[in-house]
Amino acid sequence: MAVMTMRDALNLALREELARDPDVFLMGEEVAEYQGAYKVTRGLLEEFGPKRVIDTPITELGFAGLGVGAAMAGLRPIVEFMTFNFSILATDQIINSAAKMLYMSAGQFKIPIVFRGPGGSAYQVSSQHSQALESWYAYFPGLKVVMPSTPADAKGLLKSAIRDDDPVVFIEQERMYGMKGEVPEDKDFTIPLGVADVKREGTDATIVARSLMVPAALKAAEELAKVGVSCEVIDPRTIRPLDIGTIIESVKKTNRVVVAEESHPFCGVGAEISAEINERAFDYLDAPVKRVSGADVPMPYAKNLERLAIPGFEQIVAAVKEVSYI
Amino acid sequence: MLLIRRFEEKSAESYSLGKIGGFCHLYIGQEAVAVGSISAVRRDDYVITSYREHGHALAKGIPADAVMAELFGKAGGCSSGKGGSMHLFDKSVGFLGGHAIVGGQIPLATGVAFASKYKETDQVTLCYFGEAAVNQGAFHESLNLAQLWKLPCIYICENNRYGMGTSLERAMSSHNVAEKASAYDLASEFVDGMDVMAMRRATQRAVERARNESLPTLLEARTYRYMGHSMSDPGNYRTRAEIEKYQERDPIKLFTARLKEDKILTDSDLSDMESEIKEQIEQALRFAEDSPEPDPKELYTNVYANS
Amino acid sequence: MATQVVMPKLSPTMEEGQLSRWLKKEGDKVSMGEPLAEIDTDKATMEMQALSNGVLRKILIREGESAPLGQAIAIIGTADEDISALLTSVSGSAKAVPVAASKTEEPAPQATTSHTSVPTGGKPSAFSQDGVRQLISPIAARMAADAGINLRSIQGSGPGGRVVKRDVEAALGAKGAPAKGAPRLRPIAAAPHSPAAVYGPSSFHDEPLSEMRRTIARRLVTSLGPVPHFFLTSEIDMERAADLRASINELYPDTKLSINDIITKVVAAALIQHPQVNASFQDKTVRYYDHADLAIAVATENGLITPIVRSAELKGVLEIAAEVRELATRARSRKLKPEEYTGASFSISNLGMFGIDEFTAVINPPEGAILAIGAMTPKPVAHEGQIAIRQRMRVTMSCDHRVVDGAVGAQFLQTLKQILENPVYLFLSQ
Repeated sequence: MAVMTMRDALNLALREELARDPDVFLMGEEVAEYQGAYKVTRGLLEEFGPKRVIDTPITELGFAGLGVGAAMAGLRPIVEFMTFNFSILATDQIINSAAKMLYMSAGQFKIPIVFRGPGGSAYQVSSQHSQALESWYAYFPGLKVVMPSTPADAKGLLKSAIRDDDPVVFIEQERMYGMKGEVPEDKDFTIPLGVADVKREGTDATIVARSLMVPAALKAAEELAKVGVSCEVIDPRTIRPLDIGTIIESVKKTNRVVVAEESHPFCGVGAEISAEINERAFDYLDAPVKRVSGADVPMPYAKNLERLAIPGFEQIVAAVKEVSYI
Repeated sequence: MLLIRRFEEKSAESYSLGKIGGFCHLYIGQEAVAVGSISAVRRDDYVITSYREHGHALAKGIPADAVMAELFGKAGGCSSGKGGSMHLFDKSVGFLGGHAIVGGQIPLATGVAFASKYKETDQVTLCYFGEAAVNQGAFHESLNLAQLWKLPCIYICENNRYGMGTSLERAMSSHNVAEKASAYDLASEFVDGMDVMAMRRATQRAVERARNESLPTLLEARTYRYMGHSMSDPGNYRTRAEIEKYQERDPIKLFTARLKEDKILTDSDLSDMESEIKEQIEQALRFAEDSPEPDPKELYTNVYANS
Repeated sequence: MATQVVMPKLSPTMEEGQLSRWLKKEGDKVSMGEPLAEIDTDKATMEMQALSNGVLRKILIREGESAPLGQAIAIIGTADEDISALLTSVSGSAKAVPVAASKTEEPAPQATTSHTSVPTGGKPSAFSQDGVRQLISPIAARMAADAGINLRSIQGSGPGGRVVKRDVEAALGAKGAPAKGAPRLRPIAAAPHSPAAVYGPSSFHDEPLSEMRRTIARRLVTSLGPVPHFFLTSEIDMERAADLRASINELYPDTKLSINDIITKVVAAALIQHPQVNASFQDKTVRYYDHADLAIAVATENGLITPIVRSAELKGVLEIAAEVRELATRARSRKLKPEEYTGASFSISNLGMFGIDEFTAVINPPEGAILAIGAMTPKPVAHEGQIAIRQRMRVTMSCDHRVVDGAVGAQFLQTLKQILENPVYLFLSQ
């Protein structure tokens, strides 16, 4: 076990997988000589050379499509979007090519590609640079969507994503790159996709949180413990395919759920989870499923407004109290 | 070319009889482009194209049976009925589809070429698209990357003068497609797309450049489609007279005349060929008819690789 | 200059008033000191007087609507001046709470109330006598179904009166299913209770007054004074109760159980059986207690004081006896804490030791009733077709008609009588 930042855990995962499989290569803007816009790819060019670690022009649609084509021909590309906001330019290739190729070709062409980069909010980077797009991508059958919330999860999940034969949208969070945590050093440490993690056990209320909201949920749980409410915090880790089973087991135990997310509420992952709980665990609910989501507005620039737009542990505490009738 | 022609005619007929659903984009008139260029590459080279792909698929080696069955949406189709007319795939002959978003295949082709270079094979990739696709950002992004990274990709623009109902003059500020390559310092050539041999020779030159120097080429093949954009297109945007004018330079007619002139082909050869092809097409039709519909379970297969 | 008429403070504790009746209409002349309207306060209906001369130009709240103190309810001005500015500034802050006014007939004391509760502030009652949906969470519904509990008997603590898991858990803990057959006596104690639950003040639930109750309240207060009392008397055969007392005192000589201790125990049991009597009047709601917190009247040299035996239904008669004695001692030496003599759910007063045959006691507000117990004396009575001398006792129950109706009180007394006449009923419950 070593203690490292999420940034370094991701870097280590990339390093290990590039070393392990010669068909794996990495491309994106500023990933090589600049050492990565967020330093996640620091040192990789030096170690693996320009054939494996490739700087691209600013040409998202082009290099995303190139990645998918390379995957069709047998390589395992990792395509970095400097932020997922820029992936919007590449959506035709992610959705119409990557997500559908295996299905359209009846299994002949698999696309073992990873699209990775930071998504969601940062600090005062305004509306075009702060979008959480996971529910967009999770919408499409054929894609997998992964969101780590700890350094260990980041490393294990990224390695699995790279080894996975399907296109994976791997959404990191810039605000969490500096987060420190214990990370297993085993080069074969992987975390399977599609398996949720119970980050904290509890009996009175379930909080489902992902990415940036996981630390907030854990803090909320601590605050609630002080007033006698024992919360179970579940991090799905993989959004699609979703480990709804773990969530349902928890709901059966606690009878009440709060879903915390920084994304907008409308058509979000929280809405999907809520619908699934309604379908599978209706008879166990003591209160409706409550969502704590980001404000349904484009992200403003002003510091105070931005803070209002992103939920914190206080809102999660209030939501848990509401569903507990306290 | 004859096979393709007869196949497409049969497809048109089947479509009108309701045997083929959705869209059906016919290649009639453009046969020389696919046949000429694909004759210049190996079986292990790659071909990737748009939705107007029946000709390319047949030329690259997908059996007519499998293509017709795919158009009919049957389990015996080359995409097991999951793709249809716009998404034919056959990995065994290096045919990579069949893509429905205009220009969507161009970055893909660039990536396939990238992979060949990466793996240090000398495979080349042929990428086909219409002149309307040249206006998509994807075209420009791909050519930039191909030249920048020196990728063995041959971009073949089938300029049939019309993007659906919009003529070239109404869609492009500069009508010279081949010339656009110069914006990327990329080699290009202008080819008479009705002349199958010219097409073959131009492609050979491009293939050499790709295999030996790992550099891309843009070929602009001037050609013409006799039918509408698809079976649902009444074609009101051009005149009968225009179509007939182009038909005077029908590629099959041109090549047949040339072969006869050079005494390589006789009328009786031609008629034998026609009969053989007719039989092949009939067989393809029967195969497609007899092939079963995909099993309902197939709805959920191949969404993900291992489930 | 036009002036606003605002909701005046007509009682020390008033926070809002309901406009009962306008005594003037728009356009009428008013002079200072003239009554303008009748206003229902938390205590009584009071007249509101005009504080200026002029014409009543605009009435801002309708009869039946409520408004908090200080809110504008009318405008007085000269006949023709422009009051639009005043109207605009007033409309911005108006928060009149409309209450559906229903003009019900004077109700005779009835056994059943058949009206649905009228919501004040928009919260419907969980109880639905007819038509109003009871809200219940899925898990609570399932738990109640599994346990065979009638949902209608559970008051919901969730939003909108929703019955939620903890309400069913509470119902499961406190009560079991009623036994089959005649007197449906609830089990006294099903689950062990922590000391705090047993000796602290009883938990309770509040119910908003039904429309009929409100009308009864309004009318009776004006006819019988603040608390509308009525009285029910019953003569009880105490032979078996007396025997029981004797037996217990034989077994536990030190206890010196009094008949009042037995009566206290039985009253507690009967109250749990008749929860509508174990209640208090809280102005806008009736509070129904989950436990029988019995105030026992104790005469001290300084006056009457009523120490409380909490959750008496959960205690054995010996425990009650000991507690009453201990409380009485401390009462006389003025060592009782306020929480030990305030907040009972029901009171018992016994003047039998003074030879009083029967009397009517005054209710300790806000309690809904009080039981006055007379002396137990041997009397000749008809018993199984013969004249016999039997110990008899007369009890009189005073009831607050806003909380307890005649039939309800009578049924309670009937149960009380049944158990006292046959204490074995206490043993029939679980």
